Amino acid sequence: MSAPAQASVFGYRVSAFGGKLSGRLDLRSVAVCSVLLGIALVIGLLSLASGDYAVPLGDVLKALVGQAEPSVQMVVVEWRLPRAALASLLGAALGLSGAIFQSITRNPLGSPDIIGFEAGAYSGALLVMVALGGGTLTVAFGALLGGLLSAALVYGLAWRRGVQGFRLIIVGIGVSAMLTAFNKFMLLRAQLEVAMSAAMWDAGTLNGLGLDRLALAGMILLMLVPACLLLARPMAQLEMGDDAARVLGVAAERTRILLLVLGVALIATVTATAGPIGFVALVAPQLARRLTRSAGVAMIPAAAMGAALLSAADYLAQHAFAPTQLPVGVVTISLGGLYFAWLLVAEARRQ
Amino acid sequence: MMDDSVHKNRLYAEDVTIGYDRRVISTGLSVAIPDGAFTVIVGANACGKSTLLRALARLLKPSAGRVVLDGKTIADYPAREVARRLGLLPQSSIAPDGITVADLVARGRYPHQSFLQQWSDADESAVIEAMAATRITELSHRAVDELSGGQRQRVWIAMVLAQQTPILLLDEPTTYLDITHQIELMELLSALNRDGKTVTAVLHDLNQACRYGTHLIAMRDGAVIAEGAPRDIVTAELVEAVFGLSCVIIDDPIAHTPLVIPRGLPAMSITS
Amino acid sequence: MSDIITSQQSVRVSAKRPGLAETNARRWFWLVVLVLVLLAVALASLMIGSRDIGARTALDALFAYDDSDEHAIVRALRLPRTILGVGVGVALGMAGALMQALTRNPLADPGLLGVNAGAYFAVVLGVSLFGLSGIGSYIWFALAGAIVTTIVVYVVGVVGRFSGTPVRLTLAGVAIGAVLSGVSAGITLLDPTSFDRLRQWSAGSLVGQTDAGLLVVLPFIACGLVAAFLVARPLNAIALGDDLALAVGVSVKRTRIVVIAATTLLAGAATAAAGPIGFVGLMVPHLARWIGGTDQRWIFAYTMVLGPILLLVADIAGRLVMRPAELQVGIVTAFIGAPVLIALARRRKVSGL
Repeated sequence: MSAPAQASVFGYRVSAFGGKLSGRLDLRSVAVCSVLLGIALVIGLLSLASGDYAVPLGDVLKALVGQAEPSVQMVVVEWRLPRAALASLLGAALGLSGAIFQSITRNPLGSPDIIGFEAGAYSGALLVMVALGGGTLTVAFGALLGGLLSAALVYGLAWRRGVQGFRLIIVGIGVSAMLTAFNKFMLLRAQLEVAMSAAMWDAGTLNGLGLDRLALAGMILLMLVPACLLLARPMAQLEMGDDAARVLGVAAERTRILLLVLGVALIATVTATAGPIGFVALVAPQLARRLTRSAGVAMIPAAAMGAALLSAADYLAQHAFAPTQLPVGVVTISLGGLYFAWLLVAEARRQ
Repeated sequence: MMDDSVHKNRLYAEDVTIGYDRRVISTGLSVAIPDGAFTVIVGANACGKSTLLRALARLLKPSAGRVVLDGKTIADYPAREVARRLGLLPQSSIAPDGITVADLVARGRYPHQSFLQQWSDADESAVIEAMAATRITELSHRAVDELSGGQRQRVWIAMVLAQQTPILLLDEPTTYLDITHQIELMELLSALNRDGKTVTAVLHDLNQACRYGTHLIAMRDGAVIAEGAPRDIVTAELVEAVFGLSCVIIDDPIAHTPLVIPRGLPAMSITS
Repeated sequence: MSDIITSQQSVRVSAKRPGLAETNARRWFWLVVLVLVLLAVALASLMIGSRDIGARTALDALFAYDDSDEHAIVRALRLPRTILGVGVGVALGMAGALMQALTRNPLADPGLLGVNAGAYFAVVLGVSLFGLSGIGSYIWFALAGAIVTTIVVYVVGVVGRFSGTPVRLTLAGVAIGAVLSGVSAGITLLDPTSFDRLRQWSAGSLVGQTDAGLLVVLPFIACGLVAAFLVARPLNAIALGDDLALAVGVSVKRTRIVVIAATTLLAGAATAAAGPIGFVGLMVPHLARWIGGTDQRWIFAYTMVLGPILLLVADIAGRLVMRPAELQVGIVTAFIGAPVLIALARRRKVSGL
């Protein structure tokens, strides 16, 4: 059956089925991911228990298996569970998307929120809100479409017999700037209330999301995440440069396109569900990398960190200034600010 | 023109036209890499040696003609299959931030792995052997970005060795290496060649090429102007034609291969 | 033996330097031409608007003022706007030129690198939290915001572990700018009145400054310009690399400090007066370099003229595109500048990237 795990400079080797299944694990990464997922779980349970109507933990667990009273059931499962579950799921999606983009652009700051995607999603949403006066579902659809189109535009403009990291970044910044200008233009033409609610949407919120949204997001992520994991190894090879990767048998451009599509789809799902939530995609992969001390950017730790971060951010958004609910995007922006502050201190100390 | 004996070789270029963007470097080039030889490609800067190597390694698609590997056009193989037969050390590669030496060398095993089989006994021993051959075993736990240029180059070479391919292509592998390590590397490549690997390297140092190479390909302006054993083709006229350098050829007292001694360029006056 | 270089073939330092204008005489010529263009554009700015005014009338409003409606429009609305356009155009262009020279980054721009966002953020803080009003009070906030952001972006993007290429600096600036813009937006959301008041201004606009406001801002810009010209020659050396600059006797550290101070003054004052306007600092130095060559002094001279031309043209375009409503100048510069940025990235030989 399985051979015992052996330690070496290559990490712990595991194999099963007489070698048909084999791999190596880095103990530190496994530990970090477990802890992060644990944190996300604990925060999730905490969100289920707290709020205007406090629910003891025991009842929460009973509600999760369908054994509690109907009123508790409704509060925990229908109101709070979607939000708590989405915080972890969407956070993981953001972390994963960030890892993909940072790996492809070979740049720790190459994050999808900076490279044109979120501005495009906002454009799509604004068009729906201001010009068409649509409801939440149409806004989500508009955001999705806007984001995908702007990502396609960035890719198309950056393509020059292949897409190199730096070009993707700069073109992304350019397209983002244009779309941001366009968004400001739309905001100025709208009436004050519409403009304010659009601006609020832009801040991203998990408030008011129900089981239907959870189911939809869950289904989409169920398809996207395994696809990402299949591409994890080629993605790592690409980090060594196109030549080195191609010589080892990786189809560089095709892999990159696939990864980009997946990365964009992940963040599009998040934006369509909850509006643009910034900085998780930027910060999660880097923090995860520091903790696991791994080389390059790794998918699973980034996803785990994203889940933990967004769960914590959403918890703060809900309860930090109770009874006022902050948009979760505001909390994540502060996260971004803290990240840069920490970077500064780290750099200063390095000097 | 190409004679039939060429087709017996595993890797050759047949009438290829290769270049970058709109710049054509070579037209109608036909050249074979002799099996089991230690081939060295030499020439002045921008003569097309790296371009040729890249075309042979499938990194560059010829706009005309084809590169053939084991009897089939190289572009028709799945990339991973090529990677199992042919290894290339590119001129510039990027070491991911914070990667350890062992992990980077292990990346060379990619063509032999799959999603389900990510690490086998064969992988581990290949990596250990490669690190031993390039003498970097003591460095295996260190981060690659902390190493010196020479050490880093040896790590990249170990990665190509870990690929365990019968054919090895190297693009200027002695860059960044000091003289001791250069000789060490050339000796290693010779040993690999004696073991049966077909080794092809682009080198700048003509003397090293003569000493270690068993087959020389001299290029200028994208065309091969001479090929053969160093002893047979390296003459003062050839060096003048390829490099524009006037020289004297003597016999290397250690290896008894041609040793090129430049005569020097005419004295330049910078004052009036 | 073959060729020996004789005395006749001694190397001569050519007066030709890269750039469209190949000799100093030509450079002066083009500079004068551009100054005339600037005057023409400024006149157009006085003439064009929701109500078009003839050239004669506009000039009369300046020199032979009678209290007619048209003269009032020119004097009270369009003249301050035009002067502000010149001042802000010069300031932003020069800030961009300084940053590009110091960081050897062809993509540096106070808008892109978050400096404007920092100044804007500080002003938002001043207006929303401290209830400040009137540019006289919040200009200091703007300057503080600008200098803090410049230093942060510099440390993270040039000196830090993310440094090494211009792309990293740009990304650092954009990311930090995004944080600051986001927080600014968040703050304005808290208060509908300030949201409404600031949303005009957050897009960058030359409208709304009084004469008094101009008087506050212009001295800061003037100081920034003086500082810039003081470091023009050291910047020529720094273009070759810090080590080479040190070897030629330039104090890199001192130059850096002066550039940071000058950029702060210029970008901070511009943003305090007109809100965050991006891309002027990106495009103008490239144009200046294309015409004038690589000598920093000429780049600065051309930037001082091209910057206002660009900004005024953008402002005029904003007035024309949506008559009788107006499109903010910051939006127009983004629509022009972003494609320029993309075109720069697509160039085959992207120097420095």
